[in-house]
Amino acid sequence: MDKEGAVKRRIKVLMAKPGLDGHDRGAKVVAHALRDAGMEVVYTGLHQTIDQIINAAIQEDADVLGLSIMSGAHLPICEKIMKRVREEGMDDILVVVGGVIPTKDIPKLKELGVDGVFPGGTPFPEITTFIKENARKG
Amino acid sequence: MGVAKYNKGEKDAVEEVILQSGMRIKPVYTPQDLEEIGFDYAQDLADPGIYPFTRGIHKLGYRSRAWTTRQYTGFGTPKETNERFKLMISQGQTGLNVAFDLPTQMGLDSDDPLAEGEVGRVGMAVDTLRDFEIAFADIQLDRIGSGLTINAVASIMLAMYQAVAEKFGYSPKVISATPQNDILKEMIGRGMWIFPVDPAVRLIGDTMEYSITTMPRTNPVSVCGYHIRESGATPAQEIAYGFQIANSYIEEVVKRGYHIDQFARGITFNFNIFGNLWEQVAKFRAARKLWAKILKERWGAKDNRTMFLRGLFGGGGSGLTKEQPIINAVRSAYYALAAALGGAQTTALCSYDEAYTIPTPYSALISLRTCQLLMDEVGLRDTVDPLAGSYFIETLTKQMEDRILEEIEEVDRVGGMKDAVATGYVQRKVARQAYEWHRGLETGEYVKIGINKYTDPGALGSEGKVELHEYDSRTAEEQIQTLNEVKRTRNGREVAMRLRELEGAARSSKNVMPYLLEAVKAYATVGEMTEVFKEVYGKFQEPSIF
Repeated sequence: MDKEGAVKRRIKVLMAKPGLDGHDRGAKVVAHALRDAGMEVVYTGLHQTIDQIINAAIQEDADVLGLSIMSGAHLPICEKIMKRVREEGMDDILVVVGGVIPTKDIPKLKELGVDGVFPGGTPFPEITTFIKENARKG
Repeated sequence: MGVAKYNKGEKDAVEEVILQSGMRIKPVYTPQDLEEIGFDYAQDLADPGIYPFTRGIHKLGYRSRAWTTRQYTGFGTPKETNERFKLMISQGQTGLNVAFDLPTQMGLDSDDPLAEGEVGRVGMAVDTLRDFEIAFADIQLDRIGSGLTINAVASIMLAMYQAVAEKFGYSPKVISATPQNDILKEMIGRGMWIFPVDPAVRLIGDTMEYSITTMPRTNPVSVCGYHIRESGATPAQEIAYGFQIANSYIEEVVKRGYHIDQFARGITFNFNIFGNLWEQVAKFRAARKLWAKILKERWGAKDNRTMFLRGLFGGGGSGLTKEQPIINAVRSAYYALAAALGGAQTTALCSYDEAYTIPTPYSALISLRTCQLLMDEVGLRDTVDPLAGSYFIETLTKQMEDRILEEIEEVDRVGGMKDAVATGYVQRKVARQAYEWHRGLETGEYVKIGINKYTDPGALGSEGKVELHEYDSRTAEEQIQTLNEVKRTRNGREVAMRLRELEGAARSSKNVMPYLLEAVKAYATVGEMTEVFKEVYGKFQEPSIF
């Protein structure tokens, strides 16, 4: 129970690998870390289209959409995903991206509307704290 | 992954070393250790070139032949890749190792909507035979072998390689291709799968069967423990899972009525190097010995050459860091040393910038020079298996052999590798270990320079100080133009007919390779041929591991 007396539910994260890239070690590792931090994690598996990811996020009523992108195609993929997030009116979903992301692309991703960017090597507490502080509260 | 656990006492004294595969290293080894493991020269080692080949498959090792250098190369359009091939060959590289982009690996044409943003990004884009004609122009295919890093659609790429060789005037009997063609490891790590387990393994069986008569110098399968380790496996698991995967492919061909000595020579391996040097060397020596035993005892091989563990030992991608990237050049040099001390026939080293993106010509040449330096200056060709007889190395090799056998037996207990992969058994185990490794890095249980020790970010070529390969956004446009031109000029009716014949073969138990060859020669696209297989076989359903 939080101080308003409402039952506080666990933060639900939809972890997704958009695009064709199959390197999912990072996605699985972070999924384990988020689960250890008390969150509920649903992993979509590989080779997901943007529509599949958005539909899964809606169906699962996810608080957080976590994207793992290793292929270098993070800018075009995130542009499309953020467009669909807006179209679907998913205003309160927290979108975070991890993977092989050059530092110079982080501001570009933020401009697209991505809330948090965590390149490979980011310590787990940094990711879990960000999500806990910024995910919508149930 | 890779470094060991070091438990230290006061004043930084090392009190305990536990290698990733579980063995403990003692501070001192003596003849007593060899006695305890029951070491017997003839049974455990034997001379180089003699069963069980622990000391190497050739009598004179690197004296008779240096290891092949096969840097992973390929990006953008086939034309750009061809230029890089020629650069590397002109600098002394002795084999090719072709990288394909993700759409090609997934059997999609460059104009497929799903390919958007990915064309030519992490490897060369291939849509039709035209692309192979451009990529391999002026390469002497009878002199240089080509590794093709492709799996789900390896049968298509092998047909393309044969077709392009014939077109350039080489008999398929003289060309040497090594498509990776290892779908089970794609299902464990790396993820470039398309079809379900059984038809995917059947396609691999078709390439193996076809190679026996048509392309005898080709190695139709390169089992890739490498990627399993990248996903979180220990060195012992890397070998055990790789061998169990190879056993699945062997079973597929044996059940078609072939004898092991007819085809097992075409199975090669791709193993990973990073982490503790001793563990890597012991891993390769134990692997060579165990593979010979498996071939002889499990499969009844009689020909020594069938029992040779041949392969590429290299890479080391997971050992490299984004932090202080220039240090990766030093790391890679030690990985190359481990490969040489382990008796690699072929080495490809990851380059110092590969934690970011594909290598520049500059970084790729540093990797090539690293191997050349070991061969030509440092003395790694002087004598065969120089660590043989070391109290420590022989003890560790024996312990590694036991660890690998335990892991092999565990997979047997869950029904063999095909079942272990279909149910997600291996994937779950490997993913858990990957997590534990990362947690170990955060707690400091494992040490990685630049990540959790000596971390000064500005000290040694952090990001921004390193020149990186930039993706050229015109690549897709150019590639789609070539594709459209091929489609305009090819005989559409012939393509349709060839694809129908391919479908017939895929639905029957006929070997699909001759049909693929005809479709390829008619300039059918990778997407069209893959679509035929998808129609017949369906798609792999990834087991849920959470």
